[in-house]
Amino acid sequence: MRYLPLTDTDRQAMLATIGAATIDDLFVDVPEAARLSGPIAGLPMHASEMAVERHMSALAAKNVSAGSVPFFLGCGAYKHHVPASVDHVIQRGEFLTAYTPYQPEIAQGTLQVMFEFQTQVARLLGTDVANASMYDGSTACWEAIGMARRITKRAKAILSPGLHPHYVSVAKTMAKYTGDTLDTAAPTLDQDFGIDTLIAKIDSETSCVVVQYPDILGRIADLSALADACHTHKALLIAVVTEPVALGAIRSPGEMDADIVVGEGQSLGVGLQFGGPYVGLFGCKDKYVRQMPGRLCGETVDADGKRGFVLTLSTREQHIRREKATSNICTSSVLCALAMSAHMTLLGEAGLRRLAEINHLGAVAAADRLAQLPGVELVNGAFFNEFTLKLNTEARPVVRALVDRGILAGVSLGRLYPGDGALANGLVVAVTETTTEDDVEALAQALAEELA
Amino acid sequence: MSRYFTQDHEWVDVEGDIGTVGISEFAQGQLGDIVFVDVPEAGKTLTKGSDAAVVESVKAASDVYAPVSGTVTEGNAALADSPALVNEDAEGEGWFFKLTLSDPSELSGLMDEAAYKAFVAKQ
Amino acid sequence: MSINPAGWRPERPETAADAAPATFTGNRALMLEEPLIFETGSTETTGVDLADVPIGTSRLGGLERARPIGLPGLSEPETMRHYTRLSRQNYAIDLGLFPLGSCTMKHNPRLNEKMARLPGFADVHPLQPVDTVQGAFGVIHELAEWLITLTGMHSVAMSPKAGAHGELCGILAIKAALDAAGEGHRKIILVPESAHGTNPATAAFAGYTVENIPANEDGRIDTAALLARLAPDVAAVMITNPNTCGLFERDMKTISDAVHAVGGFVYCDGANFNAIVGKVRPGDLGIDAMHINLHKTFSTPHGGGGPGSGPVVLSEALSPFAPLPFVARHADGRFELIEEESAGDDHPHSFGRMVAFHGQMGMFTRALTYILSHGADGLRQVAEDAVLNANYILRSLEGTLHAPFAKAGPCMHEALFSDDDMAEGFSTLDVAKGLIDEGFHPMTVYFPLVVHGAMLIEPTETESKAGIDQFIGALRSVAERAKAGDASLKTAPHFAPRSRLDETQAARRPVLVWREPVLAQAAE
Repeated sequence: MRYLPLTDTDRQAMLATIGAATIDDLFVDVPEAARLSGPIAGLPMHASEMAVERHMSALAAKNVSAGSVPFFLGCGAYKHHVPASVDHVIQRGEFLTAYTPYQPEIAQGTLQVMFEFQTQVARLLGTDVANASMYDGSTACWEAIGMARRITKRAKAILSPGLHPHYVSVAKTMAKYTGDTLDTAAPTLDQDFGIDTLIAKIDSETSCVVVQYPDILGRIADLSALADACHTHKALLIAVVTEPVALGAIRSPGEMDADIVVGEGQSLGVGLQFGGPYVGLFGCKDKYVRQMPGRLCGETVDADGKRGFVLTLSTREQHIRREKATSNICTSSVLCALAMSAHMTLLGEAGLRRLAEINHLGAVAAADRLAQLPGVELVNGAFFNEFTLKLNTEARPVVRALVDRGILAGVSLGRLYPGDGALANGLVVAVTETTTEDDVEALAQALAEELA
Repeated sequence: MSRYFTQDHEWVDVEGDIGTVGISEFAQGQLGDIVFVDVPEAGKTLTKGSDAAVVESVKAASDVYAPVSGTVTEGNAALADSPALVNEDAEGEGWFFKLTLSDPSELSGLMDEAAYKAFVAKQ
Repeated sequence: MSINPAGWRPERPETAADAAPATFTGNRALMLEEPLIFETGSTETTGVDLADVPIGTSRLGGLERARPIGLPGLSEPETMRHYTRLSRQNYAIDLGLFPLGSCTMKHNPRLNEKMARLPGFADVHPLQPVDTVQGAFGVIHELAEWLITLTGMHSVAMSPKAGAHGELCGILAIKAALDAAGEGHRKIILVPESAHGTNPATAAFAGYTVENIPANEDGRIDTAALLARLAPDVAAVMITNPNTCGLFERDMKTISDAVHAVGGFVYCDGANFNAIVGKVRPGDLGIDAMHINLHKTFSTPHGGGGPGSGPVVLSEALSPFAPLPFVARHADGRFELIEEESAGDDHPHSFGRMVAFHGQMGMFTRALTYILSHGADGLRQVAEDAVLNANYILRSLEGTLHAPFAKAGPCMHEALFSDDDMAEGFSTLDVAKGLIDEGFHPMTVYFPLVVHGAMLIEPTETESKAGIDQFIGALRSVAERAKAGDASLKTAPHFAPRSRLDETQAARRPVLVWREPVLAQAAE
């Protein structure tokens, strides 16, 4: 078998050195009743590369890939063009098959990448510091709420209606165990981001306010007044960014005085991948760094005075603090962080700003085109590359029908908020630099026919 | 002024009803380079044996327990910038916090310097 | 001709280090220094050709980002050079044996990478209508069936993003089951003192108090102590099997039965599944939940520290409480995604959602590719070769290093040594650093805590005998130097891109991001 280097001769020689007659002598501690006598029945035996490829390709062929049709889905995962070099960088064996850099002398590659990533993310989010990544945006969001609880010693978190419903669902699940009370509400199908409503809810028991920027309907707003209101009440403002390309065009939450900024880095470098693996972003103000979960890489020097990097502030983590750790998280998403970092390096600031402009103006043109259709209303005032349309009928069946016309038309709010009648006619449409004018025209025409 | 030691390697200097608490020279040697100390805030109430502070070295975090019950009056602010003080002068400048004792009779259960030295010799 | 397995050793003059000249660049031939992108790139440079910006008026509501961000760019050639140079400063499985205990650093097959990149898997959005992604659900379902069958369990939660996340899933399922049975008052979880730190951290998060059960002298859990502690206040026991000393917990079934008898549940940490896959089904040992690290047993790449994937197999008693979402298969072969909406009446007891979307799809395609390649017979051989390799190392080195449990019997997939025999002032750390100079990543050190100066070695099944022989020779050489008190070990590694790094400074004065150096004014 191609992944097993030992030959039968080797096995015999090794058994002889060990002083065992057969391999089963080494399994002597397994109770007889639990020992399987042979390969488990009903499962296939080993297969060649060719056979496995055939099997997996057949499964892949049953999926409609985003690149094969006009494609408009967003809502937490975005299709952007990833430069060809990025995939080659992450496939270097020294990155792909490396372990967590616990022996820094022979892991400076990974560690320097982490340090560069932390800096890029902190600058992008507008925070003082950032960690070396979390599993994804939704768990990063939950961890931020936990961090706010530890810092403020309060347990009431206000979650904006604009926060991704999956992120809300994760927070609700986890809050059952920590005793956090969550103030949540469904969004409304209008352009109001909801700053005033959020401000009105803050009181002396509030640990944090969590907003998504741009939000689930693609809305954006100035967070400064909200940050002030939080700070007046000694609460923290947590901003969640699920589309980091937006930060190439709009002010960062850090600049608007958010205390913790988390997000999902997927749209840069990582690809859609049906939901994972992704890369959680986590940044915060300097004064909170010891409460930050996740791995951290720090700069130092070696015995010869050369600059080097090491994992640091590890005592926050579970393998040392055990019951008193800041969280039970053991790992990060370093390979995806490398992909995001490499993509950002290739873009550079000028490239990112231009990419963001292309996204935004492409979305503006698409929104205007679609809003012209009878039965279609644009909900958003301001937006980045994602906006919500209000149709004259329920959107979910329309999306289904458009699949038959060869178009992946976006995410219906009925899919994300099933049973919420007030949102049922909402359709969230994302437009990126990968969307062509022909794609938009195809969507417009198909939509017109469906709604007629 | 009297100095008392616990079996967990904390010391408390008592003057009147004010106690100054730190960790012993032996303990700091065991911990290695100290990188951070989390001292309690003024006003915090501690009971004997409860978690009072955390002292971190690069690879480990150790809990420091209150040797006696009382209310914290002051955490050692110097440790924020110079955690190395604990390594350099654990039984002097590297003190962790001061507190007003609520029950001085608890001191009778602690060791004096000689008894602690003997205790450490057996470690 | 016979080949010297230790390789050619050049003769080095006594003053070799002094004789090497300094270089202008600071480079040493192929050992290349590489600055940060913030030192070499510029905010104006880009290595991507973008289209022209379309005509249009901005609709950003006055939120334009005016201030500079500070993101440097490099051209494509500079970018490839930057990351290629950095990669060469890393040790990796592709370079050599990675003897880390309980990490299962096995070869990462490239077919996995190829399959994961098929557009039908890589380029699909998680929220696409379900009948446009039936093949993706097919992968998840097929992998789930394999995991259930290999472990002899009832169902599997696929969404946890990593091992520790899976552990949390298992404990939360147990808590939900106890709450549903009116047993929510149970507050205690028993954990062996040799357990990995995630175990108590997870238990504490779920609101439990952890009580440690000691190990006895043969390195296994003190079963009598555990059974004596079982009472109606015990919610669960968390056991690693094989355990963190590399030994099979023989009393596992007895323990499971006893825990069930008092109404508790058994969580098994599946980090060491590589030792028994295809040879033993943990379900036969009475467990209720076990997380599986796809990046360990099932060869998905470690990537320098993630992403991982931690599906959790569940017993019938715990299955109703599994988190959302999960994939269900209809009789006609069609797959459906059970999310919050469809959960309602059919799956009312789920403890909730742990993560957005469905889980680590990219790792599912890789793991399934690997599993199909090995098949049932290959996976069984994986465990046998893994255990064989570890025992070979144990017996080859027990004369050189103290092996606390070697006399009692074989180990499983990992061998445990301690630093008992070393010279005064020398420790496991020195052996680890010395091994770096020999061209190996060090083994796991100072874990488990139950053995002094622990060295835990897991070779995995993807090492050749010749490779293992070379490792044994190297470790023997370094160990002998430590026992003899060789001072050069104290300053090892000597040949790595960096010598020992000052971790104290990094923790006392954390520098976590790059800041432009302030140019000092020259003194007048």
